[in-house]
Amino acid sequence: MKGILGKKVGMTQIFDEDARVVPVTVVKVAGCRVGQVKTLETDGYEAMQLCLGEKKRSKATKPEIGHAKKYEIEPARHTVEVRSVGPPPYESGQSVTADIFADGDLVDVVGVSKGKGFTGVMKRHNFAGQRASHGAHRIHRHPGSIGMCATPSRVFKGKRMAGRHGAQQTTVHNLTIVAADPEREIILLKGAVPGPKGGLVLVRGQAKKKLLKQKGIL
Amino acid sequence: MNPTDIVDQQYLRDDIPNFSPGDTIKVHVKVKEGGRERVQVFQGAVIRRHGAGVRETFTVRKVSFGVGVERTFPVHSPVIDLIEPVTRGDVRRAKLYYLRDRIGKAAKIKEKR
Repeated sequence: MKGILGKKVGMTQIFDEDARVVPVTVVKVAGCRVGQVKTLETDGYEAMQLCLGEKKRSKATKPEIGHAKKYEIEPARHTVEVRSVGPPPYESGQSVTADIFADGDLVDVVGVSKGKGFTGVMKRHNFAGQRASHGAHRIHRHPGSIGMCATPSRVFKGKRMAGRHGAQQTTVHNLTIVAADPEREIILLKGAVPGPKGGLVLVRGQAKKKLLKQKGIL
Repeated sequence: MNPTDIVDQQYLRDDIPNFSPGDTIKVHVKVKEGGRERVQVFQGAVIRRHGAGVRETFTVRKVSFGVGVERTFPVHSPVIDLIEPVTRGDVRRAKLYYLRDRIGKAAKIKEKR
């Protein structure tokens, strides 16, 4: 499977051939390279590691340096493993540029969503809240009942409540590549991408479609 | 300076004249009909400019057969063939929404001298 690591630059808009406005996210994909390539014979499954950014040797841990030495690469700031259907199309140490994708390709984008901190149930789980009037007293954004009475006299596990929201790995499927420009080292994706500006994002080929096809469902 | 300028720069047009709310302008709009392209003129008063950079838009209002018509264009849209300033208006606000409630002579904008 094709894949590349990049940093989200931000969102903007461009005009297409019919002069329509297209919302795009700009992803900077400079300096992405392949680390270890895992194969069926040696590792039991097929995958590749993608690396981005530099890490000083003095800052890297010994395992990181040993790993880098084995595959003749430099220690990287970010390393992400991407599962591959079939043998990965890359070799260890090879640099990956934006031209692996063509305009109009559909891709999946993986990122860590923006952290929202401790939030209530309305924001976190899309609860409806309670009435604005008719006797409602300071419970407008509360969850309401969280269970039954003496039976079972406890709250069920997994009950949706207030808590930490966001800052989770999020995948957006089937985004269109509007432009992939290896010269400026950017990829333009139609629509939004998880994470803050400057956040690490993985742009990879579609997971769902490929897997389904291989299993013969599609 | 925006981080997305590397993309925006190529879409910015430098042939857009200066105009502001209150001005009367002619917007020459490219219209595609079938396989053919022709230019249509939309003349009216600018009632707002909104946003900045490649995302900036402006709204032109005109009264056509007694019905108010407003069209919003992206300033840098390739659909605009030409913008022709007709008159400069003397107004005190940036958003001229009050024109919507006025008809006839009351909706007239003073000309800048």
